[in-house]
Amino acid sequence: MKIYRVNMAKLSFVVEEVPDEWKVLGGRGLTSVIIAKEVEPTCHPLGGKNKLVFAPGLLTGTMAANAGRLSAGAKSPLTGGIKESNSGGTAAQRLAKLGVKALIIEDIPDGDKWYCLHVHKEGVEIKEENELLGKGNYEVIHTLTSRYGENTGVLTIGQAGEYKMSAANISVKDPKGHIRSLGRGGLGAVMGSKRIKFITLDDNDGEGIEVLDKEKFQKAAKIFNKGLLSHPVSGNALPKYGTNVLVNILNEAGGLPTKNFRMGQFEGAEKICGETMYDTIMDRKGDPTHGCHVGCVIRCSQTYNDKDNNYLTSGFEYETIWGFGAGCTVDDLDIIAHVDQICDDIGIDTIETAGTMMVAMEAGILPWGDGPGILKLFKEEIKEGTPLGRILGNGADFTGRAFGVTRIPTVKHQSIPAYDPRAVKGIGVTYATTTMGADHTAGYSVTSNVLNVGGRIDPLGKEGQIELSRNLQIATASVDSAGLCVFTAFAILDYEPVSHALIDMINAQYGTNWSVDDWFDQGRYILKTERAFNQAAGFTNKDDRLPEFFSEPVPPHNVTWDFTGEELDQVFQF
Amino acid sequence: MEVNVKLFGDLREGRFEEKKTVLEENSRVIDIIHQHNLPLDKVAICMVNSCQAEFGQILKNHDIVAFSPPVGGM
Ligand code: SF4
Repeated sequence: MKIYRVNMAKLSFVVEEVPDEWKVLGGRGLTSVIIAKEVEPTCHPLGGKNKLVFAPGLLTGTMAANAGRLSAGAKSPLTGGIKESNSGGTAAQRLAKLGVKALIIEDIPDGDKWYCLHVHKEGVEIKEENELLGKGNYEVIHTLTSRYGENTGVLTIGQAGEYKMSAANISVKDPKGHIRSLGRGGLGAVMGSKRIKFITLDDNDGEGIEVLDKEKFQKAAKIFNKGLLSHPVSGNALPKYGTNVLVNILNEAGGLPTKNFRMGQFEGAEKICGETMYDTIMDRKGDPTHGCHVGCVIRCSQTYNDKDNNYLTSGFEYETIWGFGAGCTVDDLDIIAHVDQICDDIGIDTIETAGTMMVAMEAGILPWGDGPGILKLFKEEIKEGTPLGRILGNGADFTGRAFGVTRIPTVKHQSIPAYDPRAVKGIGVTYATTTMGADHTAGYSVTSNVLNVGGRIDPLGKEGQIELSRNLQIATASVDSAGLCVFTAFAILDYEPVSHALIDMINAQYGTNWSVDDWFDQGRYILKTERAFNQAAGFTNKDDRLPEFFSEPVPPHNVTWDFTGEELDQVFQF
Repeated sequence: MEVNVKLFGDLREGRFEEKKTVLEENSRVIDIIHQHNLPLDKVAICMVNSCQAEFGQILKNHDIVAFSPPVGGM
C-alpha cells in the first residue's frame, strides 16, 4: 500500500511508502496518528499548517461486512482539538482498492482559485474548478456522476464548506447517488480552506487489497458477517426502523432532550418516532432499508419521500430527528426531513446546527417549535452566507456568544447530541471526556444504560459509568480504526465469537498475531495520542466538563448532573 | 387496578400502541406480558414509570408500563 500526499500551495503530488509504524493502522487510528505527528497542535485550523487526512479502515475493501467506512481527520475548526469523523459511502472502498492507505492534503493555495482532485491508480490530479462553485452537494454529485460515470466515488463540500463555517461537513456520495456525511467538527471548512470543492475517486485497475492468508480470512469473515445478522439489534431492529427507533425508547426513559435540554420527554414524540417514520415511508413508497456502502448487511439507511411520493431525503437519522424535533419542539416529520435534505445539500452537520437552532430559539431569533422558521434560516441565511447565516453556520457555541445566550449545550464547543446526560449518565461521561468534543458515538454508553446490550447499568446512577465509558471509548477507537460501522459493536460486545472472528480477519490480512486485548491496546494508544494532541493544543482537564446548566434537575426523573471533576478525570487513567 | 401499557417497535404489530389495561391488585409485569401475548424472547426492554423494571416487579394503580423489542441506534 502507499500514501498519496497532495500539497495545495505547490499544487503538487507525491506517492510515498507507508512507514512501518503506520502499517497496521487504519481509519481513525491512522488519521489521528498522522495529525498528531504532522500538524502543530496550536496551529490555526483553517491555515496552511493544518492537514486534512482521509483513510479507509484496516478491513475496508475486504469481504468483511460493514467495513466500508472512511475516516477523515484534521485539527477541528469547531473544537480546536483533534478530529476524526467517519462515514459510509463510496469513497473508502475505492481508496482501499487503489491501495491508498491515506490521502494527506496539506497547505493552502495562494490566490483565490478553487480546485478539485481526481484520485486514480497513477496518483492525484489537481485541476482548477469553476463550474460547480457555489453549488449544493446534490448538484455536484449529479454533475460528477454524469461527467465520470456511476462508478466514481465523490467527496464534496457544499456552500457551508466554501464559506469555511465551523459546522460544515464533507459529503460522501452513497451507492444510490445520495449523501452520507463526514459530519462532525467542521472538516468541510478545512477542505474549503484548502480550496478544494470536491474529490473524485476512480479505482479502475487499482492494485486491490492484499490479504496474506485468504482462507483464514474468509472463514473468519463468514462468522463475523453471520454474527452481525444474528444479533437482534443489528439483524432486525436497525434494518426495519433505522436509528430513529430510539425516539420512543429515549422518550420513555426520560432521556430525550426536549426544548434545549429542559425536559427529558417530548409531547410530540409519537409524531416523529421511528414507527411513524416507517409507516410513512411505506405509505409513500420509499425504501425503509438499504446500506450506505456496498457490503453493509445491517442496512439502517432509508429513503424518505415527500407527500407526492418523490424523493426527499435519505440517511434520515435519529440524531437529526431528535435535534430539529424534540430539541426545538417541532413535531412535524416532513419539515424535519426537509431540513435534513437542505443540510445535506449545503453540507452542514445536523447535530451541530440542531444545537444552533436551539440556541437561536433561546436568543429569540425564532420562536420555539417554528419548523418553517428553521428551514427559512437554512435557505435564506446559512446557504446564502449572510452575516446571520455565518454566525449560525459556526455552530451553537458561536451563536450563543454572538447573542449573549448562556444555555449553550456544548462540550469543547461541539453540540451535545440526543441523550440527556443527567438521565443517561453514562453518555454524559463520554460527552465530557472524549477527545472529540461532545460526541455520542465516541463511547456509546446508551447501550448498557438503556438498551440492555453489553450488560445493564442504572442510567440514573453514577455507579459503573466511568468504567463503562472508558471501555467503550477504547473499543470504539479500535472499531473506528478497523473501518467498521459502529453498529457492528452491538454484536462485537455481546458475542465473543464475533469479536474473535474480527481479530482473526485482521491477523489473516496483516500477518499479525493479535489477541482481542492487543486490538484494544491499539484503541488505548489512539486515545492517548489524541489526548496528547489536545493537551498540546491547550486543553486541560477543565475542558472535560459539561455546561453548568446541567446542575438543574431534568423531569421526569428530576435528576441532575452530579459527577465531580475528580471522578471524570478517572476516565483517562489507563 | 388500571395500568397504561405502551408497546414499541414490532411489538405493536397486530396489537396496539398504547392501551389502558385492567389488572388484579398485586399483579406483576409478567402478567401484562401474558395478558397481551407478548413474545417473551422479544421483550428486551421493560420500563415502569420510565425506570427499567424486571418482569417480577409488582405494579400499582396508574403505573405506566412500556415494552420494547431489542433496539439500537446512535
Ligand atoms: S448499518 Fe447503517 S450506518 Fe452502518 S454501514 Fe450500514 S447503512 Fe451505514
